[in-house]
Amino acid sequence: MAESIPVGHGSDDADHGEHGGHHEMTFGEKYIFPLDHKMISMQYMFTGMFMAIIGGFFAYAFRMQLAFPGMEVPGWGHVSPADYNSLVTNHGTIMIFWVAMPVLIAAFGNYLIPLMIGADDMVFPKINRLSYQIFLLSAVIILAAFFVEGGAFGGAWTAYPPLSTKAEYNLTPLGQTFWIVAVALEFVAFLLGGINFITTAMNSRAPGMKMWDIPMVVWMIVIASILFMLSVGPLLAGGIMMIFDQQVGTAFFDPDQGGDPVLWQHLFWFFGHPEVYVVLLPAVGIVAEVITVFSRKKLFGYKTILYTAIGTGVLSFTVWAHHQFISGIDPRMANVFTVTTLLISVPIAEMMFVYIATLYGGSITLTTPMLWALSFIFEFLIGGITGIFLGASGNDIFLHDTYFVLAHFHYTFYPIAIIGTFAGFTFWFPKMFGRMMNDGLGKLHFWLTVIPFNLIFLPLFVLGTAGQHRRIFDYTNFPDLALPWMQDLRVLATVSLCVMLGAQLIFFYNVITSWMSGPTAGKNPWNSNTLEWTATSPPPHGNWPEGLPTCYRGPYEYSVEGRESDFWPQDEPA
Amino acid sequence: MSEEEHQHPTSHYVKIWAILLVLLAVSVTGPMLEIQWVTLLTAFGIAGVKAYMVAVKFMHIDQTPRFVTYLVTTTLVFMLLFFAGTAPDVMKDHGTNWEKPAWIAAEAAYAAGEVSHEPEHH
Amino acid sequence: MSARPIATTRSTSGMPTPRLAVWWVIASEIVIFGGLLGSYIMHRIAHGAWAEHAANTNVYFGTTNTFVLLTSSLFAVLAHQAAERGEGKKAANLLYLVIGGGAIFLAIKATEWSMEISHGMTITANTFWSFYYTAAGIHALHVVAGMIIMLFVAQTAKRNEELHRVEIIGIYWHFVDVVWIFLFPLLYIAK
Repeated sequence: MAESIPVGHGSDDADHGEHGGHHEMTFGEKYIFPLDHKMISMQYMFTGMFMAIIGGFFAYAFRMQLAFPGMEVPGWGHVSPADYNSLVTNHGTIMIFWVAMPVLIAAFGNYLIPLMIGADDMVFPKINRLSYQIFLLSAVIILAAFFVEGGAFGGAWTAYPPLSTKAEYNLTPLGQTFWIVAVALEFVAFLLGGINFITTAMNSRAPGMKMWDIPMVVWMIVIASILFMLSVGPLLAGGIMMIFDQQVGTAFFDPDQGGDPVLWQHLFWFFGHPEVYVVLLPAVGIVAEVITVFSRKKLFGYKTILYTAIGTGVLSFTVWAHHQFISGIDPRMANVFTVTTLLISVPIAEMMFVYIATLYGGSITLTTPMLWALSFIFEFLIGGITGIFLGASGNDIFLHDTYFVLAHFHYTFYPIAIIGTFAGFTFWFPKMFGRMMNDGLGKLHFWLTVIPFNLIFLPLFVLGTAGQHRRIFDYTNFPDLALPWMQDLRVLATVSLCVMLGAQLIFFYNVITSWMSGPTAGKNPWNSNTLEWTATSPPPHGNWPEGLPTCYRGPYEYSVEGRESDFWPQDEPA
Repeated sequence: MSEEEHQHPTSHYVKIWAILLVLLAVSVTGPMLEIQWVTLLTAFGIAGVKAYMVAVKFMHIDQTPRFVTYLVTTTLVFMLLFFAGTAPDVMKDHGTNWEKPAWIAAEAAYAAGEVSHEPEHH
Repeated sequence: MSARPIATTRSTSGMPTPRLAVWWVIASEIVIFGGLLGSYIMHRIAHGAWAEHAANTNVYFGTTNTFVLLTSSLFAVLAHQAAERGEGKKAANLLYLVIGGGAIFLAIKATEWSMEISHGMTITANTFWSFYYTAAGIHALHVVAGMIIMLFVAQTAKRNEELHRVEIIGIYWHFVDVVWIFLFPLLYIAK
């Protein structure tokens, strides 16, 4: 427990003097155009949270319309069919590309990678800054689409042609192009960021940190960045083709003129499915860090998880067409993709078992981050298992585009993007801001988020199997879908959503009050092993002004027999 | 090994360049025979050889750690995978409940030996 | 601003960070071109009628451009060789030659496109021409980007500073060359 922080003196630290925080930075240098990876991480984090509020608000507006058709939604007003379409489209797009990606990969990646591998910054700080600036520009563009003539794009987040390429169909001549340009710019931003993450983790590790000493979350973010990088190319090319189709008049995706709309679906899902794992893996990594610290046990099967993650990554490139079973694809290919889809549940299930094995026999402390991590395992399991129903092509024909699909992927994305993020944010909050969060408020926020979450999406499974189709503005037009019990479930989901959104006020209140006046955290409040906990909280520019640490052992040496304390920091000489 | 590779004299690179130009000449003349398999072989086989030579001799991929080769190979394998999964749908003019009228018409005209439909004639 | 972070100077993987990064850039570029050209190839094989359109591309322009790019690649590798020997001035001059090669490439491309467009073979003529202009256009954008970056690299190399950058931009330029090596048979020779 003593705070004697051993300092490594690797040979490459010799020129450290000229880098420390001895020069005064202007406000602009520090907060607006920072080069420091931690500040860029915070920019990503808060931009992501801002976008999450917007995405959540959209969800509120269209769920109100579904529960109480035709009402004046407080804060939005009357939801027209066109509004409804752009709301659902942009809810999906924003939540995946402007919330899950920036927070889980960019914010945590930027914050954790240099700190956890014992480096003073990213290898390319200026490219890092550029990455955020492009990302911010893309966020401005996607939101600006709401204020141009015709409004924001409403052709669903998958943007299938011809709906997405013909203004006479989607009625958003400018919004459609704003959408695809914003998405393409966002990809460019994450390509730049991803190269930074990968090279930093490969090249800038602390002296002594070998392959198997890298904390799991760093591995996961790096694997996710690689997956992103190898899958996004075809869609970037497809995006350019789509812009040409929309604005130049080419016909890449128009069968009437020799193109092929299914080509876009392949280009989209060849990226779109690995993308699920791009955001899943960082969340899985965060959970690994949290559960080892709070069960005071070594991570069960470090290498197993790693190989599993890599295997999942490779397999994720072979499953994409399970999104297209009813698109008229070749039925023989549907067989192949069914088999690969069912196969990919194996490594993910293995990962969950490994986590449960880590918990087994540990001395578990139910802190707020731990609650989030445990609920991640629980909720994600529901999402994973319902995926098997959809992966089987025969079954998918009946469930395709129903609320069963919608509930399924919310049961995967929500644990990833919201629960995983809260687990990480509450866990590293003391490091980020130097103060402890209020645990009582944190737990209240946890329960008021997770219980309503289940009450939103469990009814939607039922509605989906009853035949409720997605992307329908008003179910009262369909007598079969407007039965009283169905409308009751819709109201339940909407009310739960409002409760869940309201509960986030507790979170923001907790963050602000803890940031201002929470108890000081100290360097290592959770008695954790990894290197970021050896820096001061919050770490200064350059992270370890007194000299960068050296690594002596793996990250999960908890409760080692024969040691007085139950943890063994990575930088403590043997 | 890698250090001595860097010491290549200028003449070495000029030689590689000359070989690349010869290959270029072959790949252009090959199709003039108008035999399809010769065209494919000279066009794409030689493109592969040229790309390999540029990667090895100019980009020095053989002197970088092995994983770079693996990385580049992986991207190519994934692209093959993309092709294999996509081509069965895109390469058909009709399928389950769909057809591509423009394509079918164009191919029918082509098979009937109609005159070129290049837009300049319009 | 301040000096480089220590992180940038480390190389745990045994490879200098900039060279490592440029290979990752290339990996991500391969999939961009791979997706586009893969889509093109599957159309090209399936559409017998496309042979007619492809017959209208101009092999002479294509061949000249391949020659120009191969030659500029030679200059790029010689610039790298000069930089290795510490001759920054010579490296910079060779880089200017590469930039010149890129400019000639673009000039030829512009002439070729103007001729084609004036004959009605525009990007909207049919899907073959859409692919033709999109693929060659994205490639040309990479040429332009490479030329701009090279201009900056040459500026520092002239003062004998940051000579390692010569190699990095060279690797990128060779990659652009390799893409053209595949575009050339795909768009020009295979009839």
